[in-house]
Amino acid sequence: MSEVIDDYVKTEYEAGFVTEVDSETIAPGISEDVIRFISAKKNEPKWLLEWRLEAYEAWKIMEEPDWAHLNYPKIDLNEVSFYSAPKSMENAPKSLDEVDPELIATYNKLGIPLHEQEVLAGVAVDIVFDSVSIATTFKEKLAEAGVVFCPISEAVHEHPELVKKYLGSVVPQKDNYFAALNRAVFSDGSFVYIPKGVRCPMELSTYFRINEANTGQFERTLIIADEGSHVSYLEGCTAPMRDENQLHAAVVELVCLDDAEIKYSTVQNWYPGDENGIGGIYNFVTKRGICHKNSKISWTQVETGSAITWKYPSVILRGDNSIGEFYSVALTRNYQQADTGTKMIHLGKNTKSTIISKGISAGKSSNAYRGLVRMSPRADGARNFTQCDSLLIGDQCSAHTFPYIESKHPNAIIEHEATTSKVSDDQLFLCLQRGIETEKAISMIVNGFCKEVFKELPMEFAVEAGKLLEVSLEGSVG
Amino acid sequence: MLSIDNLQANVEDKNILKGLSLEIKPGEIHAIMGPNGSGKSTLGYVLSGREGYEVTGGTATLNGDNLFDLEADERAKKGLFLAFQYPVEIPGVSNMEFLKASVDTVREYQGKDALDTVSFMKLAREKCNAVNLDPHFLKRGVNEGFSGGEKKRNEIMQMMLLEPSLCILDETDSGLDIDALQVVADGVNACRDPNRSFIIVTHYQRLLDYIVPDKVHVLSDGKIIKSGGKELARELEKKGYSWIEKA
Repeated sequence: MSEVIDDYVKTEYEAGFVTEVDSETIAPGISEDVIRFISAKKNEPKWLLEWRLEAYEAWKIMEEPDWAHLNYPKIDLNEVSFYSAPKSMENAPKSLDEVDPELIATYNKLGIPLHEQEVLAGVAVDIVFDSVSIATTFKEKLAEAGVVFCPISEAVHEHPELVKKYLGSVVPQKDNYFAALNRAVFSDGSFVYIPKGVRCPMELSTYFRINEANTGQFERTLIIADEGSHVSYLEGCTAPMRDENQLHAAVVELVCLDDAEIKYSTVQNWYPGDENGIGGIYNFVTKRGICHKNSKISWTQVETGSAITWKYPSVILRGDNSIGEFYSVALTRNYQQADTGTKMIHLGKNTKSTIISKGISAGKSSNAYRGLVRMSPRADGARNFTQCDSLLIGDQCSAHTFPYIESKHPNAIIEHEATTSKVSDDQLFLCLQRGIETEKAISMIVNGFCKEVFKELPMEFAVEAGKLLEVSLEGSVG
Repeated sequence: MLSIDNLQANVEDKNILKGLSLEIKPGEIHAIMGPNGSGKSTLGYVLSGREGYEVTGGTATLNGDNLFDLEADERAKKGLFLAFQYPVEIPGVSNMEFLKASVDTVREYQGKDALDTVSFMKLAREKCNAVNLDPHFLKRGVNEGFSGGEKKRNEIMQMMLLEPSLCILDETDSGLDIDALQVVADGVNACRDPNRSFIIVTHYQRLLDYIVPDKVHVLSDGKIIKSGGKELARELEKKGYSWIEKA
């Protein structure tokens, strides 16, 4: 493949700046004291501290998983600081006007204005900066509809009954090494509750930013859609360019009660490391939702960042007639590695799942799809359709597909399709011969490849995602 | 219009074009015929600037511009159009999106007004009808699942939209049945214009029954070894190429 393409896929990361704020960052390393410190910072009730400490005990004897198709030196948690927050957040600002202008400027620079009159119409935003949530917009407007959208640290105090009932109900304590670690040290994240029968009047979104050096981000998100409710939620993430790898180990839990629907979209653009593979975020994330009767969870992700991505947004289809969907675009370039996919666990009758995964590899990167479809013995009439497509740009990258299928029901229908293709010289030349420049041509070809996934994103973000791919693939655009 | 002088070109270090000269005046149609491997398709790719086709000598100018100083996309914007022998598919990119991008960039380069979406759609539908292509093809992926004949008609439709000054048709007739051939030929004839020239690369005389050339050239081993009027094509059909090659 031509050198021209190679040049285009080696581009700068645009969100890589550092915000100069005075932060309180605790010494690196993990211990019971660190957990007590975090819990005290958030003024947590005793049950939550104990919940954390139990997880810590469990985690201590767990092993870091090594089954993924990823190659990286072991993470030294003694070099990671588990809590960092801007000092200006010490006395929680009551409104945006009291938030440090430096922080507001950071988000303006990232294209996420926080003042309500400026933000995208109809999108409420929660902003998580290192270990704390610094602002949530449109809270009052949402409250009118009975919707709760706030930092999880606040929900612990304001809605203890919901938090106590559902926190950790989807991802159990010992689920995996990173989820157990998160349970012990999680700092902040978003909390959403949609009451019975309510259609959330606007899109909700959380924007995660890691700023401080040598700091990990361990956020925890909990979304509860009560019976018959509907919500669409989006998260975005960026981080500065640094030579050291930084750890991001989040947990997201979705609870979708009878007849409810949750649409969860991610545009992940953590710092991917430089063209030599130095630096970048290690993104080890556990995302899972549980569907009750007639409910639906739809995960859509566009993953362009991180040095390493390890995440498998999953759905437990517990209720009869429930539906799980996973739409994914994962782009890797330079030395990025991604091992991502989903798990669809069919427990209920007539449960359906759809998996559409699009992997794009460029440079020397490695991109793997890993997916599990499990049909339980009582999943009568269950059905899955999986499609995994890989697109290679250049000849030094790789794409892998690891499908796991476990069917314990004779009637279950499981379909799996996989393709691998290249951005061919023929396609590129056809575009050039029609006057379309290389940059535009590649982005057009890649966007075409991703179309099935992009159409699942909320409209404003579909445009954003397309642009993000363009920026990730090209030199001058954006 | 087009002036090629002593053109030499390599593909993967193998010398394919060995001193080809050709002069085409505005409004003329030139047919290039010749046996397999004589360099017919290479000529189209070299002129349009495909990567991997290395010019080792000679010149080619289009309307006074030295083609080899220009990138492939610039040559297209200057009005050079190549209709492909095997048009490639671009899944997920709609024909409409592709054509709009193409027409926009070419028009902008040529200093023409941009077409708004509505007028573009109208124009595109018109051109589809002209080549007997159902306008719903505009919504499908570029060449995605098109039959051989539909792909070729799609190429001619693009040619009509872009209004190039030089059109190179690379074996556009291959794989077409007689009805499709007629449609393609009608499309080309409808594009004839005193300011537009054509190079028609073909194996068979058949196409030239429908598109009557001003000149016919025989390409053999990277050189034009014989030129003549349209009657030369008929002679070739009867006698094959060997009588010229031996001569």
